[in-house]
Amino acid sequence: MWQVGPKIKHASAVITASFFVGAMTVPAAYVKPSDDPAFTLKTHCPPSFHLTEDNSCQFSNMYMMYKSLENVGTGGLRKGIPDPRDGFTPQEIDLGRYLFFDPALSKDGSMSCASCHDPDMGFADNRARSIGITGEEVSRSAPTLWNSSFLNIYFWDGRAASYEEQMLGPLYAENEMGNTREHLLETLNGIPEYIRLFKQVYDSDGISLDQVYTALAAFEGSLISLNSRYDQYAHGYHAALSEKEIAGLNVFRSFVARCAECHTPPLFTNQQIAVIGTPEPEGMRRDIGAEAVDGDKTLRGGFKVPTLRNITKTTPYMHSGRFETLRDAIEFYNKGRGHAVGKDEELEIHWHIHEPDLTDDELDLIVAFLGTLTDENFKPETPKSVPSGLPLAPASANDI
Amino acid sequence: MNKMIKWALVLVAVGGAFYFGFNLKEGQSTRGVIVTTSDNPLFAGGSETTLGTTASTGKVIEVRDGENIQNAVNVANAGDTVAVYPGTYKETVYVDKDGITLSGVIVGGEWPKLDGEGVKNDAILYSGNNVTVENFHISKYKGNGVFGQAGNNFVIRNNIVDDAGVYGIFPQYGKNGIISGNVLSNIADAAIYVGMSDNIDVIANEVFDSVAGIEIENTRHALVEGNYVHDNTGGILVFIMPGLPLKTTYDVIIRRNFIVNNNHPNFGAPGSAVAGIPAGSGIVIVASDDVVIEDNIITGNNSYGIGTTDFGFFKSNDKDVEPNPDRLVILNNVMSNNGEDAAPLIKSLMALQMTSKGPDIADSGAGVDKCILNPGQYRTVGLSNYYTCDFASSTSYATRTMTLSEPAPAFKLEGASAEDFERELGRHTYYGICSGCHLDDDVLIGPSVAEIQDQYLGDLEGMSTADVREEVDYAAKAISDYIANPVRVREHLPPMPTQNYLSEQTRVAAAKFMLSRNKKLPMLRKEK
Repeated sequence: MWQVGPKIKHASAVITASFFVGAMTVPAAYVKPSDDPAFTLKTHCPPSFHLTEDNSCQFSNMYMMYKSLENVGTGGLRKGIPDPRDGFTPQEIDLGRYLFFDPALSKDGSMSCASCHDPDMGFADNRARSIGITGEEVSRSAPTLWNSSFLNIYFWDGRAASYEEQMLGPLYAENEMGNTREHLLETLNGIPEYIRLFKQVYDSDGISLDQVYTALAAFEGSLISLNSRYDQYAHGYHAALSEKEIAGLNVFRSFVARCAECHTPPLFTNQQIAVIGTPEPEGMRRDIGAEAVDGDKTLRGGFKVPTLRNITKTTPYMHSGRFETLRDAIEFYNKGRGHAVGKDEELEIHWHIHEPDLTDDELDLIVAFLGTLTDENFKPETPKSVPSGLPLAPASANDI
Repeated sequence: MNKMIKWALVLVAVGGAFYFGFNLKEGQSTRGVIVTTSDNPLFAGGSETTLGTTASTGKVIEVRDGENIQNAVNVANAGDTVAVYPGTYKETVYVDKDGITLSGVIVGGEWPKLDGEGVKNDAILYSGNNVTVENFHISKYKGNGVFGQAGNNFVIRNNIVDDAGVYGIFPQYGKNGIISGNVLSNIADAAIYVGMSDNIDVIANEVFDSVAGIEIENTRHALVEGNYVHDNTGGILVFIMPGLPLKTTYDVIIRRNFIVNNNHPNFGAPGSAVAGIPAGSGIVIVASDDVVIEDNIITGNNSYGIGTTDFGFFKSNDKDVEPNPDRLVILNNVMSNNGEDAAPLIKSLMALQMTSKGPDIADSGAGVDKCILNPGQYRTVGLSNYYTCDFASSTSYATRTMTLSEPAPAFKLEGASAEDFERELGRHTYYGICSGCHLDDDVLIGPSVAEIQDQYLGDLEGMSTADVREEVDYAAKAISDYIANPVRVREHLPPMPTQNYLSEQTRVAAAKFMLSRNKKLPMLRKEK
C-alpha cells in the first residue's frame, strides 16, 4: 500500500532523472539505425476480437447477447454494453501497441503513453497526479485505459469525445509528453522501421499524424476486461463470489450506498459528469473540473464517473488522488453531503451524495466486492523493444 | 369466475390488478388457486396487459416464520415460486436470476412481514427478468422497499410498504412491468418511483403521507391509472432528471387517478430532487414530452393542481436533455379547491394575477404544441400558448396499457432459432473468453484450434452432413466436460484454467463454435 513518505522520495528521483534526459539535445536512438531485427506485426486479432474476411477485428463478448434500454449499454447485471471502438486490422492494432510503448512519441524521447498508462499498474501509474516530461506533477491522475473502448467521453472533465480528440492532450501538452505536431511527424518519418510498418498497414509513403492517431486508438480500443469473477456472477454462476462479496454487492447497489447508480454495470460507469465534492490533496486549489469545459457553473467541480473495473490496481483514487486506499475513497461518501467542499465554495452536489450512514462493516464489504472486478487476463504484451530503438520508458516514473 | 373467488380476490388482493396463486398443501386453509385476470377493467392494468397472467410452471418452495427467504431464492430456478408464510423476516432478499416469483401467503389477515428495523438497506433487490413480488408487508428499511436494477417483465403488486428511507417501489432500467395494488405510506422520497424504464403500468395503488406519491422519471411509455394519491407533498411527478444516461421522458398517460389533498410538509432529504417540491402540488411535469392528463379528480392541493415547467426546475444542467415540456395534453379533469394555501413561491407568482390563491393549472410557459380542453372552468396561469384540444384525436382512451403484448426479450436475438442462438452464444463465449488463449492455427497460450480439432474429431472425409453433425455434437460435449474440469495433457503448455462457471449449454455452444472454425466443416460455418 502506498505511503506518503516513499512517494515523495520517488517523485524527487523522477524529477532528477527527467531533467537529465531532457538535457540531452537529441535522443540518441533517432540518429542511428535500430539494431533490432525487423518488427513484425501480428496477423491475428487480440483476445475478444475476431477477424473478418476483410481483415478487420470485430469485438465479441457475452454481454453482446443482452439488450439494454435505448441501447445505452448500462443498467444491470445482464444488460448490454455500449458499442466498442473496433473494426481495425490486426496489424493496425499491433502498430498501435508499438507506438503506445515508444518514447519517440514524446518531445525528448523520455516518455511514452505507457509511462502513465502502465499495463502493470492497471493502465494507470499508481500516482496521485502523473508526472510529465518536465518532471513536474500535472494536475490530475492518469485514468485506466481498460474498457475505454466503450466510452464516449474522455478526460476527467469529459472534454473529449473520442480517442483521437483525447490523445492530442497528452501528446502536445507542454507538461505532459511535450511534443509538437511537426516534431512528432518529423521524428516518426525519420525512423525507417516505422516508415516500413506504416506502409505495410496504411499502404502510404510517409507517415501522417492521422495514421498515428488511428493506430493508437486501435490499440487502446483493444484493452478489454470483462472476465472478472463479478462477470461470472453476473452471467449466472453465483458461486463465483463469496458470501461476503455478495453481501458487498448488495451494499454497493443498495439505495443507501447508491454506488451502482453512477458506477452502473456492466462497465461500472454511467459515463456522466457528477459533482461529488471530493477534497483535493493538501495545498491544492479546487479543480473546477467540467465547469472549465463550457463554463457551466452547475458542473463546477464535476468529473466523469470513472469505471471501477480493475479498481484495486489503480490506487490512489479520485481525480487528483486524494485517497490512498479504496476504503478511504468509499468512506468519503459516508461522511455526509458536501462535508469537504469548504465554506467559501459553492457546488451543486449530485443528489445521490447524501448521508448514507453505512456501518464500518458495510464499508469493508464494498471494498471486498470491488475486488471482484479485477480481470487482467487479456493484458497485452509489452514489447521488448520498439521501432525507434529507444529504450522503453521506465515502466512507470515511480519505478526509477 | 365464481363468487367465492371474486370475494377472495377483492379482500386478499387489496384492490390489486389480478391475482395469481398456487396450491397450498392439504390442510392449509383459505387461499384458493386463482389464475385469472380481474374482470374489472380498471384494475386490470389497462385490462390488456399480458404480464403476470400465466401460471407458474415450476415448484413451490415454502418459507415459514423463523426461516430465511434468501435460502429459498438461492435454490429456486426459473419458474419457481417462493411462498412466504406469515411471520417476520429480517433480511435483504436479492434475486439475480430469471423467472422467480416471491409470493407472500396471507392467512386470515396475517401478512408475511419484511422488517428492516431501520438498519437494513433494501428489502427486495432484483436484477432478473420475469420477477414477481407480491403480498408482502415491508417496513422500516433505510433504502427502498422493492428495488429492481435491470429486470424486464416485472410484476410488483399487492404489497404494503411503509416507512422506507428512500423509495417504496423503484424499478430501474427495466422494460415492460406493472406496479399495481400496492399501498405505500410514509416514504421519505417517492412512494412509487419508475426510473429509467420503458413500458410500465402503475395501476390502482394507494400512496400517501410521502414526499412524492408517484414519480415517472427518464422513462418512456408509462400509464399511471386509477391510483389514489393523497396527503403527499407532491402527488404525481413526471420528470426528466439531469445527469442520467437516459435523457428523455415521453408518452405518459395520467388517467383516472384521485389526486387529493397533497399538502404534506416536505420532508425530503436535502439535495434530493423532491426536496424542491412545494407542499400542495397535485401533478408536476418537468421537461417531459407527450404527457396526457385525462379524467383525474384533482382536488384540495393547496399550491396548485397541475404545474408544468422546463428543465430549469433543477439546479444542475444537462446539455443532452431537451429542456422543454412539449405537446402536453390536458383533457377532462375534475379540479376544485386547489391553491387554497399556496406555497410562497406560487403566491408571489399569483400576485401578478391579482389573487393570492394558487391555480388549478400553472405553466411556466416553455414548450410547444400544448393543448387543453375547456380551460375556462379552471383558474390558470401561464396557459396563453395553449390551444384547444381536439378531443377525438387527443384522448388516451385507445391506450389500454403501456405494457407489451409479448414479454420483452432478455436477449438481442429475438425469435432466433435454437441453432442460431447456440451459434451466437458460442461465438460470443469463444471470442470473449477462449480467444485469450487459443488461435486458429498457432499456439498462443493453449493449443491451436486446429490441434484441438484433430484431437476431438476424427477423419470426417466422406461423411454425410448428418453424421458430421453427430460427430461434432459428441466432440462438443466431450470438450465441454473437459473444460469444466481440465487435466493437464500437454506438458509444454500451461494448464488450462477451469471453465466450470459457464453453464453446460454455454460450454457446448463455445466448443461447437470452436470446432466450426475448422475449415473442414463449412456446413457449420455461417460467418461472412
